[in-house]
Amino acid sequence: MPLESSRFRQEGFHDVKDDDARRSPPRPQARSPRKSAAPARQAPVSARAAFPFSAIVGQAEMKLAILIAAVDPTVGGVLVFGDRGTGKSTAVRSLAALLPRIPVVEGCPYNCDPASPQGLCPRCGAQATGKSPKAKLVPVPVVDLPLGATEDRVVGALDLEKALTRGEKAFEPGMLARANRGFLYIDEVNLLEDHLVDLLIDVAASGENLVEREGLSVRHPARFVLVGSGNPEEGELRPQLLDRFGLSVEVSTPKDLADRIAVVRRRDEFERDPAAFAVAWKREEDRIRKRIVSARERLPKTNVPDATLEQAARLCMRLGTDGLRAELTLIRAARALAALDGDADVSTEHLRRVAPASLRHRLRRDPLDEVGSTSRIERALQEQLGP
Amino acid sequence: MTREPPPAGDTPWGRAALVASLFAVDPAGSAGVAIRSAAGPARDRWLALLRDLLPPGAPVRRVPLHVPDGRLLGGLDLAATLGAGRLVADKGLIAEADGGIMIVAMAERVSPATAARLASALDKGEIVLERDGLASRSPARFGVVALDESVNEDEGLPLVLRDHFSFEIDLAAVRHNDAAWRWHTPDEIAAARERLPGVVAGEDILAVVSEAAMALGIASLRAPLLALRVARAAAALDGRSAVSADDAALACNLVLGPRATCVPTTAEPPDSEPDPPEPPPEEREDEPEGDENADADRELGEVVLEAAQSGIPPGLLALLQAGEASRNRAPSTGRSGALRHSLLRGRPAGVRAGQPGGRARLSLIDTLRAAAPWQRLRRGEFADAPAAAGPRIRVRKEDFHVARYRQRSETTTIFAIDASGSAALHRLAEAKGAVELLLADCYVRRDRVAVVAFRGQGADLLLPPTRSLARAKRSLAGLPGGGGTPLACALDAVRSLADSTQRRGGTPFVVILTDGQANIARDGTPGRARAREDAIGAARALRAGGSRVVVIDTAARAQPLAKDLADACGGRYLALPYARAESISGAVRAISPPTGGRLP
Repeated sequence: MPLESSRFRQEGFHDVKDDDARRSPPRPQARSPRKSAAPARQAPVSARAAFPFSAIVGQAEMKLAILIAAVDPTVGGVLVFGDRGTGKSTAVRSLAALLPRIPVVEGCPYNCDPASPQGLCPRCGAQATGKSPKAKLVPVPVVDLPLGATEDRVVGALDLEKALTRGEKAFEPGMLARANRGFLYIDEVNLLEDHLVDLLIDVAASGENLVEREGLSVRHPARFVLVGSGNPEEGELRPQLLDRFGLSVEVSTPKDLADRIAVVRRRDEFERDPAAFAVAWKREEDRIRKRIVSARERLPKTNVPDATLEQAARLCMRLGTDGLRAELTLIRAARALAALDGDADVSTEHLRRVAPASLRHRLRRDPLDEVGSTSRIERALQEQLGP
Repeated sequence: MTREPPPAGDTPWGRAALVASLFAVDPAGSAGVAIRSAAGPARDRWLALLRDLLPPGAPVRRVPLHVPDGRLLGGLDLAATLGAGRLVADKGLIAEADGGIMIVAMAERVSPATAARLASALDKGEIVLERDGLASRSPARFGVVALDESVNEDEGLPLVLRDHFSFEIDLAAVRHNDAAWRWHTPDEIAAARERLPGVVAGEDILAVVSEAAMALGIASLRAPLLALRVARAAAALDGRSAVSADDAALACNLVLGPRATCVPTTAEPPDSEPDPPEPPPEEREDEPEGDENADADRELGEVVLEAAQSGIPPGLLALLQAGEASRNRAPSTGRSGALRHSLLRGRPAGVRAGQPGGRARLSLIDTLRAAAPWQRLRRGEFADAPAAAGPRIRVRKEDFHVARYRQRSETTTIFAIDASGSAALHRLAEAKGAVELLLADCYVRRDRVAVVAFRGQGADLLLPPTRSLARAKRSLAGLPGGGGTPLACALDAVRSLADSTQRRGGTPFVVILTDGQANIARDGTPGRARAREDAIGAARALRAGGSRVVVIDTAARAQPLAKDLADACGGRYLALPYARAESISGAVRAISPPTGGRLP
């Protein structure tokens, strides 16, 4: 059976600047009728502009981790844990506006890349008949997984509407499809059902989503950077899950009064006039975007000297991290950082800066040691690399 | 309309009525009010007042305690969908409350999941639905009124909601006669609502509000932002278009006071000046028009801080001054950790797609629900077969749903009893008495009990975890005294027992009865200094494991040894000499975790 996908919904969720519809007032159907003839799956267009990434005060480690993931998605996801009201979700949601647009095959629900013949979705693969498909530029998808999302909408399922009205089998891609080549963000990741978290991490690792339903079997690319955030007070994440995230950062509210005032001031300005605020920060945003673009170009050429590799291996051994994943992430993150900094070689200084985020969630807990993971890493860094 | 002008902040009702006015000016901006009060006339009057002040026709929705996701967030209306033969969505409560308010009853018992959904909607001002084959996004600008009926100090709203709300009011002290007064008419509120978007707050106001929040030890940055919005609402209510110092003071009093986690150290200028450069230099550069001199700024800051401080509720203030509040207000890890999901028993906690069998039970209704919309499609597949041949309802593997349950995990109380010479001489009999009383408690709560005794060279597991009270008593009765005190060994044994309890899904609770006079090191060699060092180390390890611990000092005279031990393992310290066996059992009962199938 040929796979017929329903509408492509990319236009929702992430459009940033040149979409006038976004600023139009909310649809007037808000009032009374509780039962609405579902305007079913209309493109969910965000009503609000995102706070600019560059306007986030402080939180250097979190911002760096996100930039690293944006430069090299193979780093493997970012986990942000920390206090409430520290701008965790703000930082992630601002990504769509920050990152350069990507070309996608027009009408493809999986954001297929017209330039890459491999890894096309079944639909584009079937249509690929020599001539290059029609492409258009869209913002990088940043899909926000809402709390209470059901599995069918996450992985995709049969199109219920078509089944009901026409008795037709059609696959309705889910959020994993929409997140392909972009980011999937889960706020309050520790409140998400375990089986959903397992599923997401599996898909993120394999880059492919497989759905079987009603005798329909659909396999489509789903390569995305998983970003999770949460508050440790709501419960810890299982260690098996922790390890699957590439980078882990801890955020706390700024302690410095000037920083705190700046946060309040900027947030206040933004709330009062989002459009003017976005204009005011446009130059900063452009600067960071350029930095990401050139870092991506530089990344394949960035060299990791043997000495740095050895330092990374010794650091992981000293800290007793399990497996190779730690070492690999450490190297990749350090390389992405070097690319961001415009350096041709990865130095121990780069290692030092990314080591806490790459390793802190992979340390075995030593019951006799009360020192937190971060200070253990810092101590190991000092012992190995000198102050 | 009674227009009695006692300054509104003076009486509890005045404060509450003022909050109602400010909230009604900007429900979505100020996000929420937590009302601490039992159900009663005062609360009813307050809610009636609020309804009166809200714009006419503004939706008021009530969220029941165990609201299912389908109702809260929205979802598929299965009956209507099947009836109409097309998708019919059921709008959720959150979307329905857009432009109005949401009342959450019994908010102290709201589940973390519901609280997080509300908080996320408050943050985004919209509700994104990705459920049951539906995807939509609807505006959800609303304020929440949370009715908090908690009785004890350790209950209360989920922290995530408190963090999002602007106001907390307590109606317990409201006098019946007062509760008729009001200070603003609906028209005045409506005028203020119109004025609100034009109200500006100067840089100095931003600074003092942030400063006050920091001085009161409020970490979250939402607090000063909310205070700022409330200050704007106050200015609008007063008919002004700029926030004044009074508005800021009022907002800080209402918003920051109740969240204080410390009393500001009376900031003597000479004290605070040397360390932090008071006016942040960056600030000055940014703000050439900030022409007030530093003195005026400080004065304003002091006024606001003082106002905020006077907003600290009296009970909380006492706790803060005693340095106790941080403990009381911190989340109790045990409470959330003790709840776990299970597929077998406990209170129903929803369903999920999955295969029944083994350890999961089929949820028939949900399976049929899942199968229902697909019937037409499936029948179509058998169109060529005679209609009677197929089953009437075609259920497939992927429709299966299994029920999930939630239960309190079982508590295992682990007693570690010091039967060494030093302890036995004085107190072993009394310790045994206390343990027996505790055992009786454990029996009532259906806890499991384990006993570790230590004397001489090492520690013995006298009684592996059991529910048998008789066995526990027998094991105690036969416990001889005498010998050294291998405290480190005992603590190690307790830790391994606590770990295995946790691995099996239980919650360990450790009661250590000792005089703390360790004199046998971990490797069995005598010597006080090393024994003590090992014991403290072992106690730290116990703390790292996350168990709750009580150390009961059995020495004739309380000595710092057992106290140090309690500190090292992060536990409570109780001295036996000052307490009889009954009061110890009472004290232990008070801090032991909730348990055993008896859900609140």
